Amino acid sequence: MTSVEHNLQTPELAPARPVLDQDWRRIARFGAIGALALIFISLTDMPDKLDGRMIVEPLLSMGYFSLLWVPFLFGNLVTREVVLEGMVAHRKGVRELLAGALVGLLSSLGLVVLIYLLDTRDLSEPLVNWNSDLHTVLTFGEGNGYGMGFWIAVCVGLGLLGGLFHLLPRLVVQPLKAASIVVLGAVVLESALNDLSEGFGLESLFESLFKKGSDRGGLSVTGALVLAAFGFAWVFVLNAQVAKGKQVFQQAKERNRSATMTVSSVVGVALVLILPMYLGRLTNDLLVNVGLFLLLALGLNIVVGLAGILDLGYVAFFAVGGYTAAILTSPSSPGFSPELSWSVAIIAVVGMAILAGLFIGAPVIRMRGDYLAIVTLGFGEIIRLTVRSDWASGVTGGAQGILNIPNADVFGLFSFKGTDPQQMLYLVAAFCALAIYVSWRLENSRIGRAWMAVREDESVAEAMGINTVNAKLQAFVVGAILASFSGAIFAAKVGSVFEISFKILISIVILVVVIVGGMGRIAGVIAGALVLIGILGGPNQPGLLSEFSEFKLLIYGALLVWMMLQRPEGLIPNVRRSRELHQDEFLQDAWLRKQVDEDEAGGEGEVAPA
Amino acid sequence: MSERLLTIDNLSVTFGGLHALRNLNFHVDRGEIVSVIGPNGAGKTTFFNMISGMVTPTEGDIRFKDQSLIGLDPNQVTARGIARTFQNVRLFANMTILENVMVSQHCRTRQGIFGALFHTRSFKREEEEIRAYGEEVLSFFGSRLVGYRLHQPASVLSYANRRRLEIARAMATRPEVILLDEPVAGMNPKESEELTGLIGKLRDDWGFTIVMIEHDMGVVRDVSDRVVVLDHGETIAQGSYDEVSTNPDVIEAYLGRPAEEAS
Repeated sequence: MTSVEHNLQTPELAPARPVLDQDWRRIARFGAIGALALIFISLTDMPDKLDGRMIVEPLLSMGYFSLLWVPFLFGNLVTREVVLEGMVAHRKGVRELLAGALVGLLSSLGLVVLIYLLDTRDLSEPLVNWNSDLHTVLTFGEGNGYGMGFWIAVCVGLGLLGGLFHLLPRLVVQPLKAASIVVLGAVVLESALNDLSEGFGLESLFESLFKKGSDRGGLSVTGALVLAAFGFAWVFVLNAQVAKGKQVFQQAKERNRSATMTVSSVVGVALVLILPMYLGRLTNDLLVNVGLFLLLALGLNIVVGLAGILDLGYVAFFAVGGYTAAILTSPSSPGFSPELSWSVAIIAVVGMAILAGLFIGAPVIRMRGDYLAIVTLGFGEIIRLTVRSDWASGVTGGAQGILNIPNADVFGLFSFKGTDPQQMLYLVAAFCALAIYVSWRLENSRIGRAWMAVREDESVAEAMGINTVNAKLQAFVVGAILASFSGAIFAAKVGSVFEISFKILISIVILVVVIVGGMGRIAGVIAGALVLIGILGGPNQPGLLSEFSEFKLLIYGALLVWMMLQRPEGLIPNVRRSRELHQDEFLQDAWLRKQVDEDEAGGEGEVAPA
Repeated sequence: MSERLLTIDNLSVTFGGLHALRNLNFHVDRGEIVSVIGPNGAGKTTFFNMISGMVTPTEGDIRFKDQSLIGLDPNQVTARGIARTFQNVRLFANMTILENVMVSQHCRTRQGIFGALFHTRSFKREEEEIRAYGEEVLSFFGSRLVGYRLHQPASVLSYANRRRLEIARAMATRPEVILLDEPVAGMNPKESEELTGLIGKLRDDWGFTIVMIEHDMGVVRDVSDRVVVLDHGETIAQGSYDEVSTNPDVIEAYLGRPAEEAS
């Protein structure tokens, strides 16, 4: 055991390498990538469009931040080394600083070239954002020389800072990281915090941190400093406290599992009941959107995460739920209009979802892998086009949609007003709780194990006596029902349904939520929905960063690529999934551990007779 | 003579123009241990795939307890009482060891979505039964697969233990016949000797009938009641080990060939 533990500790550092012993190619590569990234970001017009949203008033706006992180990050990454066992780790020194500064310089050249070209050439024909506004933002309206000089100086400085991060001891880096996360987090959550502070009567606290009144928002300088101090405090004081609290909770859980679970679920329910009363309209509305997508994502998580069926047409079931509820409850639905109450309609919605699940599932489910993904993609569109077609427009209203959908009325006891986000939040939360319960119970049951076996190896699952067609159909139908709930709530919330709301993009966004959050793990899906839908916003719904709506898909894409490269198991991973994705490392670890076991057992190991 | 369990009647399968198996006749009685041997590419694994329903024969009939298995899906074959292991160990690597043997009892259990959602009494009882039987099956291999191992993923197991778990998983389907595809391949002599003993126990203590593909002639000699030799998809000899090993055709086709010709 001791030898392994020793290897896991930081090995002794070799002396720093000479300053000019650089990996020049690597520097050139990172510099070039940095320059291209800066040009690309500028040409998406982020610096201009996001200039309106401040981070620290009047120092820094999100627009400039969208550029400034580039030289810093690349300046840091260029000298980052992965030190494996048996390799020599060098002490960091001036060499790292120089490399960072060089990368910053090379990156800044991208902007320098861009400023020059913006001034002298007109490329607005293919590049729509090629205009003088961008030039003004990049040069601060002070002329080419000032702009170029500014960017060179700032980029070199930030690159240097990136390199400097390697030199700083952990004790300094961690609080800095925490402080910047706290500041950025506060800025991102600004409108939600504003709502919250009004609800709890803490406006004065909010106003002391944020510049209120100015429509550009942002923290005041003192506010930023206070939050940064809070970040420092977090690392030095609160972190230990939180860890201690966690430990106490774990111990309590071990001692009396059911009681702890009951207490924590009661606390959770109480929070969900009380919080919406204190949240403002805007935040509640935002959380309703998060809830709608969470409901969809939980359903898709059963289909993709547990049973391994890559369904790209999942929006079809959302549409089925929405249209069924709309047709049955709206007085102005063409053709067939029974004007049922929402609670009765929801029963019909479940029935329709099961039918749709079987109808789409039966032909599709015998396929595997990519073929299945493509066919479901097709079915997703077929449902939407059918709804729009002349043939069905007698019932569905075609492109005109169905209007005047009444409030969600539950057996005459409650009526959830679609226009009141607070009431809708309660409704959505109830259904999300149901979906979480269903996912959790099914995962730990005979049918859940069968789904996992199908995901792991379909042919073997079949040979072990699992009727894979049935198991997959069941997963498909359960997923369909959860999606249709979301659709029915969506119809009541918006008060109208149009086929345009059920585009293929929704399927993709739900899938991204599941992947980014962590496939196969309920907590992961919740985190994914909060981060993506809550902060960036859904396909048609604004998030906290409403200024980003234009760049939403770009950021989704970038996030997805980054996640696939760095953390394919998602934000909060499922243990099994991450094992699957890091199989090699995992096997190596297991082998190491086995060696240790064997050493301890006196080399007896596996061959001992029974 | 005891009950005839599995009868294979004039079975052929062709993949395109290739005859993987040709006019195969074969039977297994209850309580027998039958070994199927033959050089590489003789059609042994195809033969197993066909019994377990993964490949449909072009001609002929497979009868299990006087009912034809032709046209059944693999899961239905397993439900009838024939379980198998795979030559290239195919466990559910990311499920725990206990889950591996629990999931393979699927076709012997009934609880559906309703029971899982409401944790009905019958659901809890069934879950308990599955778990108990799973642990019983695992303890057949001594202490290797139980204890702290129960909740470890199957992927951490050593090669020999994976093979053992595959056999346990097949046992957990509560079959009457187990098809073992090279059960001792890749094991060291000590391990394969131990497993040979266990295969005997599978029949004597658990009452399973066993059909086994094996290349290790020591194991085949020690354990089998009968040996069937396949070559190029045809049966070239059947009988006890001693009869088969002295059969000139077998020696010609398989055992007696010099190494350089055989390769």
